[in-house]
This record gives sequence, structure tokens and C-alpha cells, in this order.
Amino acid sequence: MLVVDQISKRLPNFSLSEITFKVSKGDYFMLLGPSGSGKSLLLQILSGLVNPDSGKILLDGKDITRTPAGKRNIGILFQDLALFPHLNAYSNIAYPMKLKGLSSRNLKQKVYELAERFSIGHLLHQRVTHLSGGERQRVALARTVALNPTLLLLDEPLTAVDARLHIDLSMLLREINRFGTTVIHVTHAYEEAISLANRVGVITNGRIVQLGATLDVFQNPRSEFVAQFTGAKNFFKVRVNSYSPQGLSSGALVNGSQIAFYSINPCNLGFVFFPESSVVLSLQSDAQSAVNVFRGRVIDIFAQRFGYEVIIDCGLRVFALVTHESLVKLGIKPGIEIFATVKANAVRFIPAF
Amino acid sequence: MSNQSSTQFRLAFIILSAFVLLFIVAPLLGMFIRTPFKDIATSAADAEVVQAIWLSISVAMVTSLLFAVPAIPLAYLLARYDFPLKSVANGIIDLPVVVPHSVVGIALLGFIAGDGLIGRSFSAIGFKVLGTPFAISLAMAFVSLPFLINAARDGFLQVPVRLEQAALTLGASPFQVFFTISIPLAWQNIASGIVMMFARGMSEFGAVIIVAYHPMVASVMIYDRYTTFGLKYAQPAAIIFLMVSLIVFISLRLLSHKR
Repeated sequence: MLVVDQISKRLPNFSLSEITFKVSKGDYFMLLGPSGSGKSLLLQILSGLVNPDSGKILLDGKDITRTPAGKRNIGILFQDLALFPHLNAYSNIAYPMKLKGLSSRNLKQKVYELAERFSIGHLLHQRVTHLSGGERQRVALARTVALNPTLLLLDEPLTAVDARLHIDLSMLLREINRFGTTVIHVTHAYEEAISLANRVGVITNGRIVQLGATLDVFQNPRSEFVAQFTGAKNFFKVRVNSYSPQGLSSGALVNGSQIAFYSINPCNLGFVFFPESSVVLSLQSDAQSAVNVFRGRVIDIFAQRFGYEVIIDCGLRVFALVTHESLVKLGIKPGIEIFATVKANAVRFIPAF
Repeated sequence: MSNQSSTQFRLAFIILSAFVLLFIVAPLLGMFIRTPFKDIATSAADAEVVQAIWLSISVAMVTSLLFAVPAIPLAYLLARYDFPLKSVANGIIDLPVVVPHSVVGIALLGFIAGDGLIGRSFSAIGFKVLGTPFAISLAMAFVSLPFLINAARDGFLQVPVRLEQAALTLGASPFQVFFTISIPLAWQNIASGIVMMFARGMSEFGAVIIVAYHPMVASVMIYDRYTTFGLKYAQPAAIIFLMVSLIVFISLRLLSHKR
């Protein structure tokens, strides 16, 4: 277990203030925050590259606050991967094991095992500068996990990768986590958190503003910042029961109703979300054939900067944003029955890896 | 820019550039043309010439390699760390470039002569510094060190700090990071700096002649022949030294770029 206790660090233009959180063994913890929020600095402190001004870091009960980087059994995958350009893929992966003094026979065997696990066996003798982005990422991951770190730190690993690679890498990261490695993954993309993490921390201006289970943080944002940053109030777990790569896929929500959406991911489980502004309210369901029509009861109305936010209880809470005119015309008030319709192409599906 | 003015611009720059290149090549080429081949061949067989050139090359080579040991870490410090008086340290490194070399010779002489700091210590153990290859080496090092330090510092500056950090997190000690990441990645610049230091040291005259007239290095030997016997006698030795210098310099340059 990792315990981060009141870690602070003051830099000339930025400071981290009293960062406190715990990550249990086997967790996939996502630290979510915008650019410049202090995520990467925190990773550098955890990895031992930067010393905090105050606070403590405990890993499995041992105080590692002042332990040098490389002696903490913490691996870090940098955003730019930091592969050594003068070494080929084999020597990059072998680098940490060579330092440990592994015999050349064991070393070779271990490198080949890792290469097979990360599907890069055919690339081992190529210069890393000649590899594609995805291949480089796999080599860097293999190098980072070569010494079986207790904790793996990932600095925006899925940023700037194409859709196909995004899926491959997400699956790979999940697999590493399933093998027992605890993961701390920092990102600014909430979709990654939904997709991979079981616990989430939201960080802004050098402070952690909310911590908790992923679904809990997204469904119950404790501040406007978290709500805006996580950006998805209409956010639900879905079990896919019909997948079509070209046409509409559909799945069952927790209240039993069906939701249709477009997806390129053949995944059984996942999450759907749609913006509040894409929800159309009506008093009658006039189109029998229309998909994604949810019947419910208005439970609350909040004035917003542009219009009103209407909360509808359909067995799950659907949030809709309507204009003042619509509110008056439809006579929307708490307690009335209403139909909320969402176009299938407004629904985003995020697979759970 | 119109076509015509673009042509004029290029022409003017080509003429000016050609003038500079010609200014460097012409005297050397002229010396080749004016000197009969048999005089060059005679000089090439002259033991004194061979010995002086060998002394120049060997002392410059050993000096460059020995001084690289402390100079490379200094270059690394300058590239990686900020410390008080860093700009003063940078200024000190460039000092040998601006100090007249006769002044360097005189300053070193005061240092290594019998009553100087080094001179006294060495004579206490029965070793004379003045007029030895060691004195020549010190003079060569003094004037040529900036070439190595500056080149190595530029090389280290080009190595991303992130790669060194990555090595640290993978279990490397700072020494291991230096030898397995920083040096190999800055090697091109370091090697080129060593070659430049060697070339500059080998050609040094002003400082060397003051601390060691004998044993004669090539530059002193050529000067000695010129002042004693005249231009005609000095030219063949100068040509041989020039050719040997060029061959060694170009070979080392090619070798250092191969890495």
C-alpha cells in the first residue's frame, strides 16, 4: 500500500499543498487534473526525482520519502517515454537488469520473456529511434516493469496516441495491473479514468479536491470544478447486448432500460455518457420508433447561466439543459411526468478494460 | 527579392567567401609550390624533424587524453548545475583564448621555474619541470583546454535531462548515469572537443617556446630553422609538419564522427 501524507513542495511559480491519499495494493488509481495542476510534479516526487519540502511517503509501511530514485522499487513511464536513443530495444529493456547484475544468460531469458509478453520480440534488435509510437511505448513499458516494481507510475501514457493504439495500450495497462502491479496513472482525460481506474483523485492548483471510487467521483462531484472537469453528469454503467461496428449498438442500463449508441469497441462492459444539452424533453413520447426515450419524473430544476438544468428520475438520474422558453412552454415543474430523448449519436461509449 | 537582386546578393557573398577561403589556403599552397620536392624528401629523412613532429603529436595526444579526465566532469557540471559564480567559471574557461600566448608562457614559467610553486615542489623530489615534455604539456593544455570544455559542455546540454532521470529511476547511480547515458549521448561533441584540443595543442608555439625551447616540438624547430638558417631551410620542415598535422587531424575527425 502507498500512503502519501501531507506532501508539499514549493517551486518558484507553483506549489503542491498537503497532498494526502492512499493507494491500496492492486489498485488502478487515476490522478485526474488539467495541465499545470501538479500531476507530473507529484509523480516525480513519488519516483524520488524531486524531494518534497515536507510530508511523508510510505510504501508497504516503509518510509521512502528520502530514499533515492531507483531504490524505491517504483517504476515510472514518462510521457515522452525517455527511451535511450543510443541503445537498441534489447539494451533498453536490459538496462535496469544489467545494473542489478543479472548474469548474461538470465538477462537474455528475461528480456525475451518481456518481449514476448509485450509482443515486441521481432523489434529487439532495432534502434528505438526507428520504431513507431506504439512500439516505442511497448519497449518503454517492458523496460519499466522489467524489475517488477511494486508501484507503476504512468505519466499521461495515452495522450497523443491514435484510437487503435489507445485501445491496445489500455488493455496492456489493465493487464499489467491485473498481474498485481499497483498503478498510479495521471491524465487530463476523464475518459481514461472511466475506462481504467477503480479509484480516482482530482487535482487542481496543486491540491487534491476529491478522492474516491471512479463512479462515485463522477456521479457525485463535490465541487463545481470537479463537475466541470469530469464533465459528465449523464454518466452510466452499461452492459452491451448488441454490438455492431457499422450500425447502432445497444446495451442495458442499471434501471433495465435500453440505450442505443455508436461504438467501435467490441466490449461487453462499459460506460455511456451524453451531454445535458443533448437531452430533449417532451410531455409525450410521440415517436414510437425513436430510440433512447426515457420516461421519468422531474425531481428538481436549477437555474443556470444559460437556461435551466432539469433533473429527471427515470430509475437513474438524467440531467437535461433547457431554455427558459421550453421550461415555460412545457410547463416543467417538479413532480410532472416527462420524456427525455437522447439521439444515439450524442451518446458516447467508453469501454471498461 | 527580385531575381536580379537575388543573383547580385549571392554573387557578392560568394566573392567575399572565396576571398576568405583563399586567404587561408593561398599561403599554405604557395609554400607547397615554391618548395622543391627533393628538399621535402631530405627533410622527411632528417631525424631532428621526425623527432620534433613526433614530440608534438605524442605530447599533444597524451595531454588531451589526460586533461579530458577532469575537463569532462567540469563540462558536465557547467551544463547541468547552477551554482554561485558559474558565469565567472565560464569566463575563466575562455580566458586562455584571449590571453596572448607569450603571456601564458611567461605566467607558466613563473609557476614551473625552480622558484615557482610547481617547480619548487618538483625539484624537492629531484624532478626538473622546465625544458621537459611535461612543461610542453602544461603549455599545450593551458591554451587548448577551452576547445574540449566548451565542446563537451555543448554536448551535455543536448542530452535531455529526462533520459538521465529515467536511468536514475531504473536503478542507476549518478556515476552509472554519467557513464552509460550522458557520456555516450554527448560522445560526438566530446570526441570532437578532444580532437580540437589535440590539434590546438599540437600547433602551439608561443607558450611552449618560453617553457621549453628544448626538447624541440615541431613549431619551435621550424622557428629555430628559420631564425638560424632562413626561410628556405624552414619551409620543407613546415610542409612536412603541415601534412602530418592535416593527416592526423582529418583521421581523428573522421574517427570521432564515425561513433
